[in-house]
Amino acid sequence: MLHAVDGVDFAIDGGRTLGVVGESGCGKSTLGRTILRLTEPTDGEVLYDGEDITRFSVPQMNAIRRDLQLIFQDPLSSLNPRMTVFEIIAEPLKVFRVTSGRDEMDDRVASLMKTVGLADRFSNSYPHELDGGRRQRIGIARALASNPRFIVCDEPVSALDVSIQAQILNLLMDLQEERGISYMFITHNLSVVKHISQEIMVMYLGQCIEKAPSEELFANPLHPYTRALLAAIPVPSLEARKKRKGAIKGEVSNPVDPKPGCRFAPRCSLVSGECAAEGVALRETCAGHFVACVKTGRAHE
Amino acid sequence: MGENLLDIENLSVIYRTDDAYIYAVNGVDMSVKNGETLGLVGETGAGKTTAALAIMKLLPERIGIVKSGKITLAGIDITRATEHEMEAIRGNAVSMIFQDPMTSLNPTITVGRQIAEVLQLHEKGKSHGEISRSVDEMMELVGIPPHRKNEYPHQFSGGMKQRIVIAIALACKPKLLIADEPTTALDVTIQDQVLEMMNDLKERLGTSMILITHDLGVVAQTCDRVSIMYAGEIIESGGVEEIFDGKKRHPYTSGLFGSIPNIKIAARRLNPIDGLMPDPASLPAGCGFFERCPKKMASCGQKPPLFAARGGGHVIRCWLYGGDARQGDGSWAL
Repeated sequence: MLHAVDGVDFAIDGGRTLGVVGESGCGKSTLGRTILRLTEPTDGEVLYDGEDITRFSVPQMNAIRRDLQLIFQDPLSSLNPRMTVFEIIAEPLKVFRVTSGRDEMDDRVASLMKTVGLADRFSNSYPHELDGGRRQRIGIARALASNPRFIVCDEPVSALDVSIQAQILNLLMDLQEERGISYMFITHNLSVVKHISQEIMVMYLGQCIEKAPSEELFANPLHPYTRALLAAIPVPSLEARKKRKGAIKGEVSNPVDPKPGCRFAPRCSLVSGECAAEGVALRETCAGHFVACVKTGRAHE
Repeated sequence: MGENLLDIENLSVIYRTDDAYIYAVNGVDMSVKNGETLGLVGETGAGKTTAALAIMKLLPERIGIVKSGKITLAGIDITRATEHEMEAIRGNAVSMIFQDPMTSLNPTITVGRQIAEVLQLHEKGKSHGEISRSVDEMMELVGIPPHRKNEYPHQFSGGMKQRIVIAIALACKPKLLIADEPTTALDVTIQDQVLEMMNDLKERLGTSMILITHDLGVVAQTCDRVSIMYAGEIIESGGVEEIFDGKKRHPYTSGLFGSIPNIKIAARRLNPIDGLMPDPASLPAGCGFFERCPKKMASCGQKPPLFAARGGGHVIRCWLYGGDARQGDGSWAL
């Protein structure tokens, strides 16, 4: 049995951003898809406005889908190559019956394109004719079309060049300010996540191993994995070069039937016998800062 | 310039398509000294990979054309070498590794045989036993247990596959290794391991390296010198110290630094560069960065800028710094 996401708890307030960080295969995308019920959970609850949507029927789910949207990592494979930019953005308007009549739809598509910074002249273009940054803007316009309250952003800037990445990040933050949208921002890039989120959750092999307000996490990372992850980011300055420490050894182990105890233990520099013991739970070390580590949790108590 | 392993002078490459000429590389000068790592930085479509393919002489036949320029590698004029001569140069004097390790490995051949293949081609005198020993040695060098040599690429993780690609590239101890975004497809902790290993190998084997990347963080960690490419031109070049200290920079370089969310500095808004790179099929008459430049002057749109020397090998191709770094013989003082 492959445990993609295992016992993860979190909450996102309105108008705020939760960053979810981790390496490939840590379950962050599965988590994002599961809370939108694009993947069905084996167990657990997803409360939206206090109601458990995992028990919703298909019509009930369809009714709230307009509030819950998703932006994908690869804009090209998530856009229908046979549809024009206009048709792609208009589709959710039709599906959710947001607009009535052709004129209103035209206006709405035009205003969405303006919001995300796409020039009018592209409305009859096909996705393959545009560059990566513009394609991602189409994906964002489509997600915004139904006036969602919550968007799961699954690595929305990872496939883009840095200068374009910065444009998209600024756009997402402006939209949040204007419309009070909540984001779950999934990424492997810690510097991006610090920039956009108020709270950050670090995942390793399907589990949340540390969760803290953004500033707190970067000022005071507690879990050895979080520290290793922070140390591994190549910082664009020369002082960092001198201070380099050794890279962490090994790779993420197999998520099929994981052993009890800490899943990071095989790569951890602080590992000892007690790490193999059952149930390394999240503990609160200071206000809002949770960590799942036998070692660091205790040191701070 | 006897100490230079690689010298590129005024290299221009165009791609000929049915309806347009794509000006991919325009008058690039570059040099790499023995044992040095040069970072080649730029966005998608800046011409980084095209320049590298020109050094390897691997541009697509009949479509990619070297229009002008001279490439000298270890005293050999690459632009004049025949395909037969290139076969001996590739792998032996210069090797290249690509971004995606999965597409560079043959999925139907064991990794050990793929490493051995290079040795069989280039070191013909070697016996089976010797080659087998060299394969073990290479695998150990890149940190993979040699007993896994009979496994196929799909049995390895992304980081390990890239290590195998590096083992193949270094098997014949080339003088120059061109690494095209070698860690972009890898996770940060794995990227860290691979970069550390490449730094270590470079020192042990004395290999020179051209590291193509868009990540200025990776450059800061590994390179001695940096060349920044934009729309097929090198717009700034210098030692890492000069590029990263940030006192004098090309406006595009400043834009690149402004676009990176820095984990050390809490800036609420990023300062990206507006707009996009010009279409390489119809480049503007003046500076290629004119449209997007926050510091542009009227004259920038008319005349392409020349390199201005900032001392210590640091040059900036921008009218802001005036100047003309040409030497008496017309070559650039780079």
